[in-house]
Amino acid sequence: MTFDSLYLDHAATTPLLPAARDAMLEGFALWANPSSPHRAGRAARAALEEARARLKTALGWNGEVVFTSGASEALALALTRSALPLAAVSAVEHEAVLRHAGAAARLGVDAQGLVDPAACAVAGLVAVQQVNNETGVIQPLGAVAGAVRAAGGVLLADAAQGAGKLATPDADLIALSAHKFGGPVGVGVLLVRDWAMLKPTGGQERGYRAGTENLPGVLAMLAALEADRGWLDQAAALRARLDAAITAAGGEIVAAEAPRLASIAAYRMPGKSANAQLIRFDGQGIAVSAGSACSSGSLRTSHVLDAMGIAGAGEVIRVSLGRETTAAEVDRFAAAWREVAGA
Amino acid sequence: MIYLDYQATTPLAPEARAAMAPWLAEDGFANPHSPHRMGRAAKAAVEVARDQVASLLPPGGRVIFTGSATEAINLAIQGSGARHVAASAIEHAAVLDTARACSTLSELPVDAGGLVAPDAALPAGADLVAVMQVNNEIGTIQPVDELAARARAAGALVLCDAVQGAGKLAAPEGADLIALSAHKLYGPKGIGALWVRDGVQLRPLIHGGGQEAGLRSGTLSPALCAGFGAAAALAAARMADDAAHVGGLWQAAREVLGRWTLNGSESQRWHGNLNLRLDGLDVARLMSECRTVMFSAGSACASGSGRPSHVLAALGLAPAAAKSSIRLGFGRYTVRDELVAACAALDAAAREQGC
Repeated sequence: MTFDSLYLDHAATTPLLPAARDAMLEGFALWANPSSPHRAGRAARAALEEARARLKTALGWNGEVVFTSGASEALALALTRSALPLAAVSAVEHEAVLRHAGAAARLGVDAQGLVDPAACAVAGLVAVQQVNNETGVIQPLGAVAGAVRAAGGVLLADAAQGAGKLATPDADLIALSAHKFGGPVGVGVLLVRDWAMLKPTGGQERGYRAGTENLPGVLAMLAALEADRGWLDQAAALRARLDAAITAAGGEIVAAEAPRLASIAAYRMPGKSANAQLIRFDGQGIAVSAGSACSSGSLRTSHVLDAMGIAGAGEVIRVSLGRETTAAEVDRFAAAWREVAGA
Repeated sequence: MIYLDYQATTPLAPEARAAMAPWLAEDGFANPHSPHRMGRAAKAAVEVARDQVASLLPPGGRVIFTGSATEAINLAIQGSGARHVAASAIEHAAVLDTARACSTLSELPVDAGGLVAPDAALPAGADLVAVMQVNNEIGTIQPVDELAARARAAGALVLCDAVQGAGKLAAPEGADLIALSAHKLYGPKGIGALWVRDGVQLRPLIHGGGQEAGLRSGTLSPALCAGFGAAAALAAARMADDAAHVGGLWQAAREVLGRWTLNGSESQRWHGNLNLRLDGLDVARLMSECRTVMFSAGSACASGSGRPSHVLAALGLAPAAAKSSIRLGFGRYTVRDELVAACAALDAAAREQGC
């Protein structure tokens, strides 16, 4: 990173926390295969199982834990190995869910990006995310879970954006990704309330995920998960400051009325395409995104904003704050925004 | 303590660790799929790593990064839509279990030396033939290219699990799909790759952001890719030296353990694997008596299952003989004198058992 660069794309990925890096380096010393029967293998196994127990404590989770290579794999595992067939997904899910969704019903959202819990009463697997990756909107998963279970269904929650920031949602299957909360890329988790909800595939992780376990990654993820979350209060204050500055300069906040994660915001700049904005910001060393990192560069409009019926969806960019983001950086971005907007 | 389980996993090469460091440092965290400057720098590192891994593989294909070799094998078998898989009887469980779960499986027999005959009959209707390069339990090197040529002539796709051979031997030329694992070639855990010959069509198993040309969604780790790439580059550069070192280790171990019987062909093998048996040996007792020697009985994955090895059974070994077998694996960082001392300790402990 050059001295003048400003990273406001923490929803795409966020820096590895020093504690996570330290845990990873310690993990490299435990490099034996946790499935090996000798002493070194057993030591790695013991460390893995201790990490599993600590992860459950950190997440307040009493169910099962399957370590994966990331949230995409965790979601694919849940969606393809579910005992119940996939029946419904929210229209604003990440592509990692939607691409598996086939003919499953789409649960629409209102103009604030929220699903209607009553509509989630479906007797099958239902996928509703915890936090939207483009807008930061937090879904009412407590009410959704109640409706799904009352109907005899199972709720899958993509918690990639909320994990490590919000409390673990009330859901039956929960996917998370370490690199979104200060852990390393390449490791994630599927939380499983009851093994009966999934069909096993054989191999490691009690037969639910084959492949040698990534112990250094798991240890680093755990360290990140156990890190202090006090920064989110600061992020909420900074986001409020940014919201005010953007609104004053003629911008619009997407889903302003919905409960939103403190670190993600989506702003519309009327009359300027998102791509034009990105080029201008990039030229100033400012990293933001149009929608998700995965879909950046494509000319597709955002399916999330479309589902919300947002006017001018092609003029919306995502700004996402991190642990180290300062008031001065937010002010610098607001000034850049005003300049690009010509306001 | 001496580590003699190089087939289960290998130590991380210092060079791989160093290559990972910048991407674990404070400013190395960008998402390689982000279009901004930091994202582009991360993507550039991923592409350098891809080229380094590709240097271990034939021309005319592309490298798809995955979370593991297991995932790469699943992508190959399930993603190709194979309905009838013909696989050698000694394939890793990642191949056999996936083929059983997702298609019809026909097993290609091996001889007493653990080798598939180059002219083995291929079952009619098989649309995917899977033959591993180097066996993980007994180290035998299969005649992949001969089998591949015949399979392709018959219209089948060819998958080669090269997990144990990659970086040690030249890649098989005739395969359409080749699976690799970083942590078996002195790279990090948590990353593997599938090499896909140009023109071979696959369907993804993990959907989402559409990374890896749509074949494997999920954010790529620049650190894991860089570690894999550096390990691959190092293996390519050191291939002859590593093989010579391992050959010397093999000779030394064989001299100490001359009275033990070798499982698998003596001539067609990777010398970093020594699978041996002694009549009447109690392997669990040996393991508890030689606690400072990290060795295994069969594959790590099957350890503890109590299942007899399907590989040794395929060689025609009776269950008792299979259960009195051990696997010693060594490689780049094994010190000859330490290996000799460990082998002497194992042999002495076996004698104590009356074997």
